[in-house]
Amino acid sequence: MKLYCLSSDASKPCFVLSFKELLIMLDCGLSAHSVLNFLPLPPVPSTRLASLPNYTPPHVNDPLLEGELKECCGRVFVDSIPEFCPPLDKVVDFSQLDVILISNYTCMMALPFITEDTGFKGQVYATEPTLQIGRFYLEELAEWVSGAGGGTGAAARRWKELLHVLPQPLSLAARPRSWRRLFAPAAVARSLARVRVVGYDEKVDIYGALDATAVSSGFCLGSANWVLRSAREKVAYVSGSSTLTTHPRPINQAALRGADLLILAALTQTPAHNPDHMLGDLCVHAAVTLRAGGCVLCPVYPSGVLYDLLECLSAHLDTAGLQHVPMYVVSPVADSSLAYSNILAEWVSVGKQARVYLPEEPFPHAALARAGRLRHARHLHDDAFSAEFRQPCVVFCGHPSLRFGAAVHLVELWANNPAHAIIFTEPDFPHTEALAPFQPLSMKAFHCPIDTSLNYSQANKLVRELRPRELALPDQYAPPPPHHHQAPRSVPLPHRHVAQLLAGQQAGARAAAARAGAARPVPTVVVRRGAARACGPRRRTARGSLGAALAAHAQAAARTLPAAPAADAQALRLAPLQAALSLRDNRLELLPAPPPPADPAAPPQPGGSGTGALPRLHWGALDVDALVRALAREGITDARVERSAAAPAEGGGTAAADSMSCIVHLPRHDTLVHVERHATHVFCEGRADVRQALRRALAAALPHV
Amino acid sequence: MPEIKITPLGAGQDVGRSCILLSMGGKNIMLDCGMHMGYNDERRFPDFSYIVPEGPITSQIDCVIISHFHLDHCGALPYMSEMIGYTGPIYMTHPTKAIAPILLEDMRKVVVERKGESNFFTSQMIKDCIKKVTAVTLHQSVMVDNELEIKAYYAGHVLGAAMFWIRVGSQSVVYTGDYNMTPDRHLGAAWIDKCRPDLLITESTYATTIRDSKRCRERDFLKKVHECVEKGGKVLIPVFALGRAQELCILLETYWERMNLKYPVYFALGLTEKANNYYKMFITWTNQKIRKTFVQRNMFDFKHIKPFDKTYIDNPGAMVVFATPGMLHAGLSLNIFKKWAPYEQNMVIMPGFCVQGTVGHKILNGAKKVEFENRQVVEVKMAVEYMSFSAHADAKGIMQLIQYCEPKNVLLVHGEAQKMEFLKDKIEKEFKINCYMPANGETSVINTPTKLPVDVSLRLLKAEAVRYNALPPDPKRRRVVNGILCVKDNRLSLLDIDEVCDEIGINRHVIRFTSTVRFDDPGPAVKTAEKLKALLSEKLEGWTITISDGNISVESVLIKVEGDENTKSIYVSWTNQDEDLGSYILGLLQSMVQSS
Repeated sequence: MKLYCLSSDASKPCFVLSFKELLIMLDCGLSAHSVLNFLPLPPVPSTRLASLPNYTPPHVNDPLLEGELKECCGRVFVDSIPEFCPPLDKVVDFSQLDVILISNYTCMMALPFITEDTGFKGQVYATEPTLQIGRFYLEELAEWVSGAGGGTGAAARRWKELLHVLPQPLSLAARPRSWRRLFAPAAVARSLARVRVVGYDEKVDIYGALDATAVSSGFCLGSANWVLRSAREKVAYVSGSSTLTTHPRPINQAALRGADLLILAALTQTPAHNPDHMLGDLCVHAAVTLRAGGCVLCPVYPSGVLYDLLECLSAHLDTAGLQHVPMYVVSPVADSSLAYSNILAEWVSVGKQARVYLPEEPFPHAALARAGRLRHARHLHDDAFSAEFRQPCVVFCGHPSLRFGAAVHLVELWANNPAHAIIFTEPDFPHTEALAPFQPLSMKAFHCPIDTSLNYSQANKLVRELRPRELALPDQYAPPPPHHHQAPRSVPLPHRHVAQLLAGQQAGARAAAARAGAARPVPTVVVRRGAARACGPRRRTARGSLGAALAAHAQAAARTLPAAPAADAQALRLAPLQAALSLRDNRLELLPAPPPPADPAAPPQPGGSGTGALPRLHWGALDVDALVRALAREGITDARVERSAAAPAEGGGTAAADSMSCIVHLPRHDTLVHVERHATHVFCEGRADVRQALRRALAAALPHV
Repeated sequence: MPEIKITPLGAGQDVGRSCILLSMGGKNIMLDCGMHMGYNDERRFPDFSYIVPEGPITSQIDCVIISHFHLDHCGALPYMSEMIGYTGPIYMTHPTKAIAPILLEDMRKVVVERKGESNFFTSQMIKDCIKKVTAVTLHQSVMVDNELEIKAYYAGHVLGAAMFWIRVGSQSVVYTGDYNMTPDRHLGAAWIDKCRPDLLITESTYATTIRDSKRCRERDFLKKVHECVEKGGKVLIPVFALGRAQELCILLETYWERMNLKYPVYFALGLTEKANNYYKMFITWTNQKIRKTFVQRNMFDFKHIKPFDKTYIDNPGAMVVFATPGMLHAGLSLNIFKKWAPYEQNMVIMPGFCVQGTVGHKILNGAKKVEFENRQVVEVKMAVEYMSFSAHADAKGIMQLIQYCEPKNVLLVHGEAQKMEFLKDKIEKEFKINCYMPANGETSVINTPTKLPVDVSLRLLKAEAVRYNALPPDPKRRRVVNGILCVKDNRLSLLDIDEVCDEIGINRHVIRFTSTVRFDDPGPAVKTAEKLKALLSEKLEGWTITISDGNISVESVLIKVEGDENTKSIYVSWTNQDEDLGSYILGLLQSMVQSS
């Protein structure tokens, strides 16, 4: 078993696991951090952005660089279509992938990069909400980027050659030459058409070699952890899990327990922020701003936490006496996302599910929409929407990076008014960087990241409870090099380096081991982007099935081994078995062996059938007296036994030692039997029937099957 | 030989009161728990005393599985769980769990409040019963206990209808419930993968029918309704609240829209309206088209169809009314029927199957007068039409399903004996598999082959693969593996000799035989050896023969040539294991010596 890591962003993971001769991709996250280096794409032309001064690095005169870089408040941005950082493509040949398993819709954005124009021929599996909401995300992204005049004009490329002369943070960009522009909508459609929909706890047969099961991970609608199981091995892939109670189905921990290998990814990106407190803060900030006559902008994705925000914020505004304030969701997929969330009864928490039985919609936003408090629009400039747009209001729209989408226009519009506020809830982008091209900014900015995925102590607790035999982590979660490790553990968690996960985990395991009086810390494998590590159990056997006829046949020939030194000798039985092998669809079946070739004079076949090919296992020491008696029964009566002189000294004079080394001489048959402790050598110059008689006699004198 | 036993308590050579007992691998499973609509006495419920004459029933049944919300499949469930006292697990899909209690309550009201029966389950009992239900989703594999696994497949028949695959150990059964193999206006077609169960228990309502195309039936239906209302007649369509009602509503709605008709269409208020809400919530269970368009327009928001009020019964002029229940055995549909039946211009369209004993069944058989309990006699002058809109698979559909899942045996339930007989013949002829059709209370026993799981050593398999791949390809060549079967703690493994020794810690004793052949062959020993190798290569096709330092080896057989210029001694040595090969080579060399 081997694990490859292709993603640089642990919260947008992409692994490839080779297991039972299959290449299985686990998630295909698209890191969008790279877009922060680009200038925003306003949906309507912005004079401010257009009039930003060009930037030229000092002492460099490169005409090709002309117009590629712009400066805003001391920061340099690339003036081009934003580019994304897809998973590494040179480590694993995508055309060789057998399966892609997707855990949730935030971790599938790179799917078109993997499946389209790469020769990919495998299967993609995801739950139904993952597919649908993932489609919304991808469509929204494609529309925001191409709708803002994207796709036209050549991409800026020259700056990638001159990284060393550029100022930070641009100069720190990781391998910008591998960044790619967003795929065409047709590629998105083709790619999503490959996805096969699975339900929670559905066993998906992967080419007969193993079962893959998606189990609820509690993070978002349809989010799943994957359990891969063969007859003997179990691998659990835990990505984007949450133990908090929000709208989705709670995490199913039982299914993950006792895995041979646990792969852990996509933990929280904001470990220092408690999502509950952040939600409370958000409501307070919003209410204060609205009461003062300002508008609130929340740059969000079109699904996920948005549903919780709508529910909590509307309730909070009700109690704050602000029920007249309208809420707007602006996204090309707003209508679909809101409508779709209300038909996913089987994927929501028990509380929400109970509402469906009444029958009422599981989420309150349908009721808010009916009451006219919540409106949605595809674009800001839709006529119907512009006509009814009132301020103050709360607007939810994309994109959280503030590089494209309706949010860009609203920030431009409201930036100069300190009454308005922008509240960041999505954890994917640092808010100061997101706002950098809009500086100087007068509107208030609040940072209330809501990331419900596991934090480090929750992750440590989970690992302790799941008791895997081995743990695999991306290197972001691994402890820092040893010299850093000296720091006392009471220091509060550093917010970016997750380090303590492993350390804490091992400490926890030690504590648990002390309590349980067993177990040791879980062995851990750390994978870096672009690296591969061997992990998991080593396979020695393959599971097959044995038909009744064959089993009965073997039963007849079976021999119990009471004398064997194994502790449970009673339960141990051996039988030689010859079987025809049927290997179909990776399923192994043992069938009755074909009859031996009819012609006895024909040369034997390699691996052939017939009694001659049956394996014979002899063990223990030869009982020489029994051999002599058996030979006598075969009519060979002239056996003479010559004991070797050296034998007693070595064996300590026991009965076993007597027969340890000797020579049995059959003078009339020109045959010598040389007996040693673990071997017998017959020098037989006589006829074939003498040898057959000897074989029978030896069988009688040696335990065997 | 392990066996599977099936005993129908209902639906054995009969329609209605589906309840089938399945036992395999030491587990007892009840498939559906329905009631019979045609009876008003104890015959309406399955005979639970068959399971245990007295005492608790829970210990005898490992789980109850309900396929869909029709009362002939779930009607007796509150009786079993609340009055008989079954406390074990009950499984059904989410929509079934949502809708079944409503239908149960509706039926309870008819039985208790209209017919005045006591000793029937109460509203509270229905609620308590549904609380005990575990809802499952499609394709989810549910472990009832360590050995019993169930999985639901889409069945199409009504919203939330499911087929269930049930496995204990290596034995598996598929129970279809009611299903439909052709998609209709609001549901998709039943689907199952090639799960190759040991037994398929299928419904056979339309065992002998091959229905004409759906489109023709729809056109007929619309034509008849249109003609009737054009002449000023009233059309009564008795339906069950959920299922056909929605399909027919969609049909009429689109037709009214297209033809721009203004005649009022009514829905009996209450159940059906609420039911439409369920369809909106569980839209993921409807067909592809509805799912795709629901964001723009929810198919279950009807524009032309309005709620019905009892006072409308006597309204003059044309109208179309959907009213429950579907078999005209009680309730609003029967009231309307009584009022409208004596007039020729009116029409009643029965869109589904009617069980014996109901008014629906009587008028479909041409009764011109219907007598009621209170001696009231109603003359039937209105037109009576039957349109098969029941979403059951027809003979073609049943055969199709058998083809899909490739069962080893088939068992027919939920149909009439004569028709089953016909289908049974057809299945046995066409698929060459056994087909059973037990009557109620009769047990069918089906034997299944044993298959034991065995762990085969990879070393053994790899060695075999190397040997096999070295040979010229021959699709007919059987692959053979030779090993030692090891039974330890009831686990089977097939290992090679060295692995067995390691595994159980014994010391192997190797036996080797050596014989000598004298051969007069002038020249150096190496020359002789090469000559021998050429001979062996010719005779031993497929074996790997190597030669080094004048020693030839084939598997464990070693051949060594020694001697002076003229006479050579050829030593042939082999282990007991390779006796066949060794003695063959020895024989070969001996005959070579003699012939030279």
